[in-house]
Amino acid sequence: MKRALRGAVLPVALLLLWELANRSGWVDPRILPPLERVARTAVDQVVNQGLLGHLGSSLLRDVIGFTLGTLFGLAVGTVLGLSRIADRLFMPTFNGLRQIAILAWIPLIAIWFGMGETAKIVFIMAAAFIPVVLNTYEGVRSASAQLVEVARALTFTRWQVVTRLYLPSALPSIATGVHLALIYAWVASIGSEYFMTVGPGIGGMIIAGRERFEMDLVMLGVLILGGVGYLINRSASLLEAWLLRWQRA
Amino acid sequence: MRTASLPLPAAGVSFPPAAVALLFPAFLLVLWSLAARLGWLPPQILPAPEEVGSALLELARNGDLARDTGISLLRVVEGFAAGCVLGLLLGVAMGLSPTVEDYVRPLFTAFAQVPTLGWIPLLMLLVGIGEGLKILVIAKAAFVPVTLNTLAGIRAVPAHYSEVGTVFRFSRWQMLSRVIFPAAVPPIFTGLRYGLTHSWNALVAVELLASAEGLGYLLVWGRQMFWLDTMMAAMAMIGIVGFLLDRVMAMLEARLQRWRVA
Repeated sequence: MKRALRGAVLPVALLLLWELANRSGWVDPRILPPLERVARTAVDQVVNQGLLGHLGSSLLRDVIGFTLGTLFGLAVGTVLGLSRIADRLFMPTFNGLRQIAILAWIPLIAIWFGMGETAKIVFIMAAAFIPVVLNTYEGVRSASAQLVEVARALTFTRWQVVTRLYLPSALPSIATGVHLALIYAWVASIGSEYFMTVGPGIGGMIIAGRERFEMDLVMLGVLILGGVGYLINRSASLLEAWLLRWQRA
Repeated sequence: MRTASLPLPAAGVSFPPAAVALLFPAFLLVLWSLAARLGWLPPQILPAPEEVGSALLELARNGDLARDTGISLLRVVEGFAAGCVLGLLLGVAMGLSPTVEDYVRPLFTAFAQVPTLGWIPLLMLLVGIGEGLKILVIAKAAFVPVTLNTLAGIRAVPAHYSEVGTVFRFSRWQMLSRVIFPAAVPPIFTGLRYGLTHSWNALVAVELLASAEGLGYLLVWGRQMFWLDTMMAAMAMIGIVGFLLDRVMAMLEARLQRWRVA
């Protein structure tokens, strides 16, 4: 209780300062719009300007890109982790390419796939793909040697070894990768809308707000960004804990 | 540990690793070269590899590459330094004092929740698109991981270390400088390393969105001109510099941890 109160001190003080700054006219309201204007913009955006539609499009894009990237990443990571040949052939190339900051791919992706929906989803896919590959690969490789011996003694088929041994023992690591992928995919959804501003989306809304110098709109967008990011992160943590509950037993 | 006993495909077959590692890139290069030469794809979509090479050489020769790389590096160093100083201060303050943590943590968490990319348009309105914007964005990117890792590092110092200090009747300052900080160096350094990676990514973001020079701008310029060779050269440079920055941090990290091995 005491901690919660202490934690509230700074945010409340900032809000008061904000309000005070507006009332007394210390700052240009275009730079720091009054609180109630941000709130009114929020209502107006939801009711009249289709904010929820923007949010929906961003999330849909996010989910599609994330799902494709993760599935693809799981497959590639498993193969790289299991096969030494594949590891030696492809891992150095993969490690080389992933040195390039992910956003630097956007111009190239935009030229290759156009500025539309496909390019955005390809970019989000790439952002989700990388952490899933890395963590699946690590997880599969760190499977216990004793368990592999057991599997061999029980004459498991190759498919059984993969589904009953490698993948379950890689699960904690895979969960970490998927969690990262969720976060990266959301940031990538916003990024894709910044640089390929065609079609609806929260990122596009923020960019439009900046171009029209509507600080209230930009602030609203930033709040939504953070809020959605927080929710994604929380649900990923809960899901992770639930999936890995057998570990604690 | 790697298991060699399972009859997985081709386990145990050995090639010199470096040669194998180059096989796939070489194959890609040949494919790329063929695709360009035989006109499978128009050059506006896929320029020939040698064109990318000569674009890189040309940029290197006329000094653009060195200039843009230098500008980008300078921005990263400035922003990273600012973010590190703030992050270390806040992390140490929160790590040493649970009261400070109680007050600051919720606000910090809310601040950290919005990705760097989200702050850029807001900061553009606040401070314009000058040099200040770049430094702020890069500093923010480094600030968050540095703060979190410093906090965690200080908290993770084993209690028996400080107990030994208490037995020696260390003063508060001695305790900090001889026990707490040295023990917290490895996790703090991990935070710095993450911070630098985040800073480099943030630099690319901010230069793509608002800049008239730097490697990110080179990329934007190449895109506007539809010069894919320039774009790819800029991407390669972004990858190389990012890799080298991380290598430098890794080397420093290994050096700082030498005492642990002994």
